[in-house]
Amino acid sequence: MEILYACCVGFLTACGVFLVLRERTFPVVLGLTLLSYAVNLFLFASGRLTEAAAPILGAGDSHTDPLPQALVLTAIVIGFAMTAFVVILAMRARADLGVDHVDGRLPDDTPGAQPTRQKDAKK
Amino acid sequence: MSVAWPLFHAHLPILPILLPLLAGLLMLFPPLSKALTAQRLLGLASILLQGLLAVLLLLQTADGQLRLYALGQWPAPFGIMLMVDQLGALMLLLTAVLALGALLYACAGSDVQGSFFHPLFQLQLLGINGAFLTGDLFNLFVFFEVLLMASYSLLMHGENRQRTRAALHYVILNLVGSSIFLIALGTLYGTLGTLNMADMAVQVKHLDPTLVPLVKAGALMLLIVFALKAAMLPLHFWLARTYAEASPAVAALFCIMTKVGIYAILRVYSLIFGDQAGPLADLAAVWLWPLALLTLIIGAISALTSSSLRKLNANLIIVSVGTLLAVVALNDRQATAAALVYLIHSTLITAGVFLLAAMIAEQRGRSADHLVAGRPMAQPLLLGVGFVVAALALIGMPPFSGFIGKLMMLQATAGLEGKVWLWPCLLLSSLIILVAMSRAGTTLFWRINGEHRSTSKSGVLQLAGVSVLLLAAPLITFFAADLSQLTSQISEQLYQPQRYIDQVFPMGEKQLDAAAEQLTSSPAAGATP
Repeated sequence: MEILYACCVGFLTACGVFLVLRERTFPVVLGLTLLSYAVNLFLFASGRLTEAAAPILGAGDSHTDPLPQALVLTAIVIGFAMTAFVVILAMRARADLGVDHVDGRLPDDTPGAQPTRQKDAKK
Repeated sequence: MSVAWPLFHAHLPILPILLPLLAGLLMLFPPLSKALTAQRLLGLASILLQGLLAVLLLLQTADGQLRLYALGQWPAPFGIMLMVDQLGALMLLLTAVLALGALLYACAGSDVQGSFFHPLFQLQLLGINGAFLTGDLFNLFVFFEVLLMASYSLLMHGENRQRTRAALHYVILNLVGSSIFLIALGTLYGTLGTLNMADMAVQVKHLDPTLVPLVKAGALMLLIVFALKAAMLPLHFWLARTYAEASPAVAALFCIMTKVGIYAILRVYSLIFGDQAGPLADLAAVWLWPLALLTLIIGAISALTSSSLRKLNANLIIVSVGTLLAVVALNDRQATAAALVYLIHSTLITAGVFLLAAMIAEQRGRSADHLVAGRPMAQPLLLGVGFVVAALALIGMPPFSGFIGKLMMLQATAGLEGKVWLWPCLLLSSLIILVAMSRAGTTLFWRINGEHRSTSKSGVLQLAGVSVLLLAAPLITFFAADLSQLTSQISEQLYQPQRYIDQVFPMGEKQLDAAAEQLTSSPAAGATP
């Protein structure tokens, strides 16, 4: 189980990092989401993986560590709020800058870079 | 009164967190949500009270003892703990002074350029104060997120296109930073079994040798996050644009944020991974030392190439970060004491320059604070005096605070090996700042284009905000002896982590095992603290 779990976390992280490095804001937001999934899974595993055990002392023969579960809950809430914020920000940037490139303008060698420049001039 | 005082006394450590939280929430509810003047007054009152609380905490911790506050009375390794020592209290006071200057400036009118300025400002303070007070690493993450969330929104305040672009980079970078922070915390929790800083320091000492590489990886990932916050070399690119584009009061408040990163580095790598951490002792210094020196050099070079006063100032922040981290990396008590004096100076003065640059930009009209000839200002003398004070302080020329700070750092490092590298970098960077500031000053004040004098004078509140910050320059010189005494006490404490641990676990490290045993043997006991 540990190996499968570790592979999942690693694969999610790799996908997240790849997407975060893309040039448009939408893949970047997706990348951040994947990265936060990976992080949440990783945090969850930091208390070691145990099967069929409650996070309560004395409730059974074994117990699992409750603290990582609390940490993950906090991290999920914060990550969720952050993702919502970055989605709004990306839409805002698309509206304000006229393009969804993370630099706020297309690189000079891509076709279609001209229109943004004209918009700059108009402003 | 006789009943209230012990209660107040006992709950003092958490008040700097509760106060801005309550003030911020109150501002969102009806009687205040539409009343601008009331919001401003409440904001100022809250900051003044925070300053007062910080002074009280500073007095309380003057005996060198740690003040602990266990949330919900849960004992140390299990519950979240706040801890205040002189360093924390001093940083709280610095935050309050900085916030006072920034808020006074914002009250002159820039707070109505966007919505929710005052509540966000208080929440930002909540996050910063919390980060200085917490004794738990996960709690530190939470407070980092609180201050970041507020800063994302504040950065967008009075939005324009440049600000949106800067915010996009800043937010994405910090979200990746948060992910790395959590991975580091997961690694450390998985290996050390705790996130309480004092308990971690205990666990690191008795670490299983096979786990050492894992803990080292976690600790260094933590360093990446703090270096991102502090804007250390490969992670400093976000700072110049973000700070230069932010609204002036916001940029001034942000000056403390890089220092939050430096504070976290100082705390974590002296308490947990300090001299006595066995195989992991002083693992950050190896990385900090070369990178900090490079930060210093790159910051100085970028300062020379800056096209506007705000960009120049943002680069000077990078220089100060490089200087501070390089001195901290030397891991010497006196050097750290000197660095703390310099930290106070650089935070307040760079914040003052952001406000000053905004006033200069307002009076110069279209040419703003770009380093080109522009029309004459309405109050050249007033702003000129402010600029000269700030410039002398930043360069490090007598009689102002920068001179004291830099002199103390040079003296403290005189006997250390590292001075061969530090001294040339520090002195050369001072020379470069001298060139850059003279160039900026002569261009802004003397290269005048046209006769038409601008009429937009700066308001009293704006001037008050700038004066609060720039007054630090003469005041630090004036009280240099007291301040250096305080900072040497702080660094004495900082380099004796065992004293922290003894105060958190007064019955010795056995207390930990005993408590854990008690919890396992009688599960019901855990439910009623």
